Amino acid sequence: MSDAPSLRTPSQRIAWIATIVISTLVFIFLIAPILAIMPLSFSSGSYLTYPLPGLSLRWYEDFISSARWMNSLKNSMIIGVASTLLSMVLGTLAALGLAQWKSRFKPLVLAFVLSPVVVPGVITAVGLYFFFAPIGLTGSYLGLILAHTALATPFVVITVGATLQSFDTNLARAAASLGAAPLEAFRRVILPLILPGVASGALFAFATSFDEVVIVLFMAGPEQRTLPREMFSGIRENISPTITAAAVILTTVSVILLATLEGLRRRNERLKGSG
Amino acid sequence: MTAASFTGAGAETEVPLKRRLKRAERARQLKAFALVGPLLLFLLFTFAGPIAGMLWHAVDDREVRQVLPQTVVALANWDGKELPDEKTYAALAGDIQAARDAGTIAIAAKRLNYAQNGFRTILTSTARNLKAMPGPGTAKETLGKINAAWRDRATWTTIKRASGPVTSFYLLGALDLVRNADGAIVAAPPDQAIYREVFARTFLISLGVTVLCLILGFPVAYLLATLPPGRSNLLMIFVLLPFWTSLLVRTCAWIVLLQSKGVVNDSLRWLGIIDEPLRLIYNRFGVCVAMTHVLLPFMILPLYSSMKAISPAYMRAAASLGASPVTAFLRIYLPQTLPGIGAGSLLVFILALGYYITPALVGGAADQMISYFIALYTTETANWGLASALGAVLLLATVLLALVYGKLVQGQQVTGGMKN
Repeated sequence: MSDAPSLRTPSQRIAWIATIVISTLVFIFLIAPILAIMPLSFSSGSYLTYPLPGLSLRWYEDFISSARWMNSLKNSMIIGVASTLLSMVLGTLAALGLAQWKSRFKPLVLAFVLSPVVVPGVITAVGLYFFFAPIGLTGSYLGLILAHTALATPFVVITVGATLQSFDTNLARAAASLGAAPLEAFRRVILPLILPGVASGALFAFATSFDEVVIVLFMAGPEQRTLPREMFSGIRENISPTITAAAVILTTVSVILLATLEGLRRRNERLKGSG
Repeated sequence: MTAASFTGAGAETEVPLKRRLKRAERARQLKAFALVGPLLLFLLFTFAGPIAGMLWHAVDDREVRQVLPQTVVALANWDGKELPDEKTYAALAGDIQAARDAGTIAIAAKRLNYAQNGFRTILTSTARNLKAMPGPGTAKETLGKINAAWRDRATWTTIKRASGPVTSFYLLGALDLVRNADGAIVAAPPDQAIYREVFARTFLISLGVTVLCLILGFPVAYLLATLPPGRSNLLMIFVLLPFWTSLLVRTCAWIVLLQSKGVVNDSLRWLGIIDEPLRLIYNRFGVCVAMTHVLLPFMILPLYSSMKAISPAYMRAAASLGASPVTAFLRIYLPQTLPGIGAGSLLVFILALGYYITPALVGGAADQMISYFIALYTTETANWGLASALGAVLLLATVLLALVYGKLVQGQQVTGGMKN
């Protein structure tokens, strides 16, 4: 390979080839399961095996005509969008505050704010189950939205915080010295500059909520079951091809989120490069 | 120049200016904190509060004192050497009758049954057979006749120990420990001692998955860090796509691939390598494969960023100074990747410790990790005390490891191990 590192000795060449071979195998390991499950959703048969007896969209029709699956998709969207919006507001405010706040407690506060990502899902779920049940928040949309917001906000704090690190605070001062009221300076100077960070934080937040299943397992009533929750019972009981159709729908959402994020990152780098 | 002009301006204006600056700074800090405030309050309600509540459940022990209040009071001064006095028996008889009328016997029976198997029967049979309040001075005799257990000192010790308001019973239980009749902490009987094994299993699976991730992730991270940006960005998709794909989708995919009529077994049979399908899922193998698949990106990404920071000039310098490629790799390159290896391994290990969904779906009964038991005791058997105690142990392990992780990535980027 032309772009390999300087390969002067045979042993280096062998090591490099070994790296490529192993890496290729790992890439296959990473991607093959996801690719393998997709064609099965277009099978006309009801067994999850290859070769496919024929192609059809019957499992997607099954998904769309099933009140259970469509309801779960709707629930995932409602809870995902609501917790994304809430975590965007809370996370952006907190990141702005943390960027200006100087205190020896700051690392502690930051660790606390980020801790929902690290604490095992079951622990958060059990705690919420005990805490929310007496106040009627289990089996409700509000309870799930609040719980997912807690899990998702750290990502907004991280992404907005990262954007603020490269943010020139003199710009805010300049706006103030030119007579902009604080709110106007925020709206017209700060917000446009941190918007890419807020947007990628929102994508992470949505992905977190959209993929979350442990808290939903503990807290959702039959009315609030989300798409991953429905898949969990489906996998437990009997994997039907309808589940593979649901998997393809979920993966499509993931790909859209990833592509948007990548686009944001590229745009950000281009702006940085030109500035 | 500024220093000279300030000293010339006189002392009267200097002090107020300093104070004014200080005041302005304090206002700024207050405003900054006010921006963080909403999130802190929110997390207090939706995260810290619930977890504190769970920890409280691990030591909370008020069921018995609520159901049998007079007995608990009467037992407070009991030394435990002899059977309690007549007054205590009368208190118990009164409590049992009151609880029977209130329908709360089952609450105390459930709690006492955790501590002493069969206590449920003792209490319910007594409640059933105690028709009327025994006459003065006959409570001891009456209760002893209804159930011989009331003539046993151990029965009363069990009640006294469960009198609350707090207990170490569940926390000890989570570590396979119990208190014996004398109150000393001893190992639980072998048929009840299962949690140490579950913790060891959780630890072993997490360790195995971490090692697998490191072995598989290192070459990939090296390749991505060495290739020119265009090509490595393209290959990065292979890491990021699974990273972003739903956990449920990936777990489902592995079941489809590995089940007995799955893609892997079919292919192997078609190739004539095997005659009978291999058992690849619903066992330890399936759990390790699926968890490694899910956690591998968490290893590759921190490794990649630490390798990206290593200047190729170091390796060239080592080579020009006469180091063989192996020596240069082992003594120059590898040491510089150690922070990345440490961060990635810790992150994978921490995340693996708390895994629930994947083992629950692709593991057998002998592959369930600690989270499974926490969930089981919370929703199925409603033994909240034990669930919380197991949760407390898992939380402690996670927090300690996270502190080490924090120290490790300090100085490195904050986001190094996170999702980006």
